[in-house]
Amino acid sequence: MKWRNLLGWEVTLIVLVFAALFSGALLSPAFLTASNLTFLTANFSEVALIALSMTLIIIVAEIDLSVASTLGLSSAVLGALFAAGWPIPLAIVAALAVGALAGLFNGLLITRLGLPSLAVTIGTLALYRGLAYVVLGDKAIADFPAFYTNLGFGTLPGTPIPIPIALFFVLAVITVVVLHATAFGRSLYAIGANPVAARFAGLRVERVKLSLFVLSGLMSALAGVVYTFRFASARADNAVGLELGVIAAVLLGGVSIFGGKGSVVGAVAAVFLIGIINGALTLVDVSNEVLTVVTGLLLIGSVLVPNLLGHFRTYRERRRAKGDRVIQ
Amino acid sequence: MTGKVAQTQTSAPNLLTRLLRAREVSLVALLLFVTLGTAAINPLFLSFTSLKDLFLNVSIIALVVVGQTIVLLMKHVDLSVSSVVGLSAFLTGSLFVAFPGLPVPLALLFGLGLGAVLGSVNGLLVAYGKVPALVATLGTLYVFRGIDYAVVHGGQINASNLPPSFLGFATGNILGVPNLVLLVIVVMLGFGIYLGSYRGGREYYAVGSNSEAAVLAGISVTRRTLTGFALSGAIAGLAGVLYLARYGTVDANAGSGLELQVIAAAVVGGVSINGGVGSLLGAGLGALLLGVMSSALVTLRAPGFYQQAIQGALLLAAISVDMLVSRRSAKQNAKGRTS
Repeated sequence: MKWRNLLGWEVTLIVLVFAALFSGALLSPAFLTASNLTFLTANFSEVALIALSMTLIIIVAEIDLSVASTLGLSSAVLGALFAAGWPIPLAIVAALAVGALAGLFNGLLITRLGLPSLAVTIGTLALYRGLAYVVLGDKAIADFPAFYTNLGFGTLPGTPIPIPIALFFVLAVITVVVLHATAFGRSLYAIGANPVAARFAGLRVERVKLSLFVLSGLMSALAGVVYTFRFASARADNAVGLELGVIAAVLLGGVSIFGGKGSVVGAVAAVFLIGIINGALTLVDVSNEVLTVVTGLLLIGSVLVPNLLGHFRTYRERRRAKGDRVIQ
Repeated sequence: MTGKVAQTQTSAPNLLTRLLRAREVSLVALLLFVTLGTAAINPLFLSFTSLKDLFLNVSIIALVVVGQTIVLLMKHVDLSVSSVVGLSAFLTGSLFVAFPGLPVPLALLFGLGLGAVLGSVNGLLVAYGKVPALVATLGTLYVFRGIDYAVVHGGQINASNLPPSFLGFATGNILGVPNLVLLVIVVMLGFGIYLGSYRGGREYYAVGSNSEAAVLAGISVTRRTLTGFALSGAIAGLAGVLYLARYGTVDANAGSGLELQVIAAAVVGGVSINGGVGSLLGAGLGALLLGVMSSALVTLRAPGFYQQAIQGALLLAAISVDMLVSRRSAKQNAKGRTS
């Protein structure tokens, strides 16, 4: 029953994605052109990448608020090392390693000391952003070779698909398989639904959580590399505030903030829905204000509407049961 | 046997109060250490103007922390406070543009009322719509900020739009203490007493510690939740008016990002994210400590780039220490119960 409800929500989201595409096409003839769709999807590639790992973390009933700061830190590391004369591939590896370390630090504080992830990652949100400034100051490193910046805003040869989104799709498929078809993936739901029972069932809860936070750091760093090349600019303040956008997308995707429920498909559909609505409304000159309100309303509505419907259904059933009794 | 029961009954609250006191004592000790240490290196840190600036800077965060603490006590969270502050600041400014002769108390009331309405939206969503607080207030964070953008529409309120009486209100003082700081202290004291000693106030702790038990004890959890969010909103709305008075210039982004600073201050001050634990005194001291740290770093000429990193590290240290202390006390409690 629950599974069917969930599937229902994902189907709804996918229908909404197509409805948004359709309305976008009605709003402006320029909307459904290849170049616009490329631009539009490239625009949310970082959110999409981080949403994958955020989905897993929220399924185990934790949260990571430090993702945008980790993105900024890895961008700063990449820029600083490049400016210091490192070859770019090596600088990318270093940036990814820094992200993984940042995630490891979060994970250790959360699993070894037993601290709440919300509190820890508010702390590291400030700490990692601060470290990004320590690494790069307020400089902007911009003179990356064209080959790499092309990785950021170029498309796959012969298609309108932005390279970062292609990368995202590969990773999304891997995540779907891992989450829904492996014992490890299924164990995440058990841990999120009831960590104590999961521990009794022999799951290594702490180790699983630790690995997810390392993954989250790594994905944020990857998003940092993408961001840096896409804007051809490494800055300490890259993507400030992105964390709330990622969490909003994942929650809109039907992942429960209390853990144990949700799917990658829902989260991905939600990322696309928000991205497409934003893109379509921007194209017809609807300003930021409406976009912000729409995101917020979608988020609230995604939880409120099913709750109200459920409430209404039980109310009706109770009335019907009462009616039956009267007839008897 | 009866003696033993009496003993545990008297020793339990003692232990609790001692722990709570220890938390605030350690915060004060840390505050003194940072303040005196900084002053030893640069005596200007303790000058009257520098202290006044420090308190003025902390006061708006400290005020919003009051409402956030009430919500955190109930095991909820209010992420929308920054948007409420921004919206209230701008709308109050627009009100002054429309009615230049508006008396200051009326402006404060307007902020309070507006904030209470916005907070009630959160409260309704959480208490009656059963939307998790994090989702509901993340949503309204966007919605309120969006409304703010729509109202501001690229405009700005400048100090020249505001009557001098209003601008003077924030910086004006009684016996050298700025009005803004006095007001925040009054609000803190009022709510501190309410949360500590009144039935309604204690109910917030009950809801957060165990909401099912609270229901059985006859507390209307839904109504308490609604009131808590309305209060948090009202206080954030008041903070918006004071923000306007303090800074004079307000655009659509006023107050954004404030929510995490506020939660950080509460957590450093010992308010638990898991509900039911914490005091306003601690939360206020937490806000003060974060403020003192950042202005100490400025005074000590620490490179600006290090400040945020040091603040983050301090926050982590504070919650780690808090966790270790509370775990030890839980162990001691368990020991006392078995013996």
